[in-house]
Amino acid sequence: MRVRAIVIRIIRQFFRDKRTLALMIVAPMFILFLMNLVFNGKDYKPTIAVDPNVPEVVVDKLAKHDADVKEMTKTTAHRQLEKQQVDAFMEMDKGTPKMTLEGSDPNVNKAVLLTVQKTMQELAPQTPSMHLKTSYLHGSEDMALFDYFGPVLIGFFIFFFVFLIAGVSFLRERTGGTLERILATPLKRWEIVVGYVIGFGIFTTFQASLISWFAIDILDMIMEGSFLYVLFITFLLAMTALTLGTLLSAFANNELQMFQFIPLVIVPQIFFSGLFNLETMPEWLRSLSVVMPLTYGADALREIMIRGNGWNEIAQDAYVLLGFSVLFMILNVIALKKYRKL
Amino acid sequence: MPEKPCISLEHVSKRFGKKKVIEDVSLEVFRGEIFGMLGPSGAGKTTIVKMIAGIDEPTEGTIDVLNTKMPNLRVMKQIGFMAQSDALYNELTALENLQFFASIYGLKGKKQKQRINEVMQLVNLTDHLKKSVSQFSGGMKRRLSLAVSLLHEPEVLILDEPTVGIDPLLRQAIWDELERIRQNGTTIVVTTHVMDEADKCGRLAMIRDGRLIALGSPEELKNRTNSRTIEEAFLYFGGARQ
Repeated sequence: MRVRAIVIRIIRQFFRDKRTLALMIVAPMFILFLMNLVFNGKDYKPTIAVDPNVPEVVVDKLAKHDADVKEMTKTTAHRQLEKQQVDAFMEMDKGTPKMTLEGSDPNVNKAVLLTVQKTMQELAPQTPSMHLKTSYLHGSEDMALFDYFGPVLIGFFIFFFVFLIAGVSFLRERTGGTLERILATPLKRWEIVVGYVIGFGIFTTFQASLISWFAIDILDMIMEGSFLYVLFITFLLAMTALTLGTLLSAFANNELQMFQFIPLVIVPQIFFSGLFNLETMPEWLRSLSVVMPLTYGADALREIMIRGNGWNEIAQDAYVLLGFSVLFMILNVIALKKYRKL
Repeated sequence: MPEKPCISLEHVSKRFGKKKVIEDVSLEVFRGEIFGMLGPSGAGKTTIVKMIAGIDEPTEGTIDVLNTKMPNLRVMKQIGFMAQSDALYNELTALENLQFFASIYGLKGKKQKQRINEVMQLVNLTDHLKKSVSQFSGGMKRRLSLAVSLLHEPEVLILDEPTVGIDPLLRQAIWDELERIRQNGTTIVVTTHVMDEADKCGRLAMIRDGRLIALGSPEELKNRTNSRTIEEAFLYFGGARQ
């Protein structure tokens, strides 16, 4: 009988907490939906630039095998390769075709090579001498998928843990009554927010450095650029996560409700931050990535770690992340009005 | 000649959404008295003291503390507030908690050290300074909370149920302390739902369902209703309203 009483009580509690109930049902559906979109996307269609000296037959065959073929000179092609507007460049070098791949995404590499191989086979089924020479602008043939995912994963884990820890500890401050207590002092609201940012900032800097060091030095992740830039970007990403976590904790009444933000705020960012190729997704869905901080962090980290680029290539990402942090901080100060008007 | 009030509430009402929690409360607290707010839990005592402390704002009416309209950050520096829950950081030691709050009030260096020692002596916890608050008993936490609220030598001390869940001996000790603090010129506002504690206040406001049902010294209130105890008086006023 006591068991029944407990069961009834729990069911009642669930119905009181409609949000938890809704999330239990909606969240898994939401994630399944996203995974469906990501994994059932169309095959990637590579964009291949061809030099004017490539024979017409080759160009036609490439197009037949699902490639977007664009004719351009070598210099234009290299500029576009650098900007990832084209995936590969084909030219004729003393009678043999030569390919240069952009190379930072193993999935794209595979798609390009597959198309080119099919073309070659069709053109010269009997002559294996028609050998293709390939070279890579970034990365190499043996760049593992992990190398490509790595920078995103670093960004993601830092974001995820800082978000949770900061959110929960700010929540504790509210539920434990200490927030109300410090609001009974002349402390200003923005001082609380800034205090949290700095206090946690020190901790997260340490955490971000440790994770980056571990990934690069211990896991031997690809690292072409400067470690200092990696630290800088991970720091900005941590700041964004920290300010977002404390902000969202204002909308949670307990730790459990804080965890409910994970499928809503964290998981979608994994899908949209470049871990999966977005070009196979519908346009409207792709544009969602604009509002996700992890997109910018992952993009910058990839520029530094895989492509070995410097400040010019990551500046825009850095400014956006900084903008996110400042925005979340301001919103946080406003959210604290719930506890004290002044 | 009537003394200038230290705290005055004029026609104060407070609504949360549509629900009216405080309805048209007007009262004055004079300098250097212990002013009690008596009423059952849920009567609105905490809401009133939070508004006096400047954490909350009245929906209607005004609250003046030390001749300034509340909420006001400058005046909040002159107020000591002890919340109903022990708002302490359990992971930290008593000393670290005191240092945190002292710093917020701008107490530094030697002065900070001196004040920490003084308030800890007052609440008789000097031996436990280095202990983590998580190891404190309920009573010790209450006393530490009181110490925190006294750190910056506030002119006005607001205590929300300071003795709830505390054994009678300790309760007596806390009231003795409050009397000592009052004699130093501090104005004290204290809420309680324990009727016999109300006898120790200089003046009393009886609160029920968000309304002020009676105001006066414990003796006055008892005489006016021909009661022997505050409890009887409260019953009289509570019933008279209906």
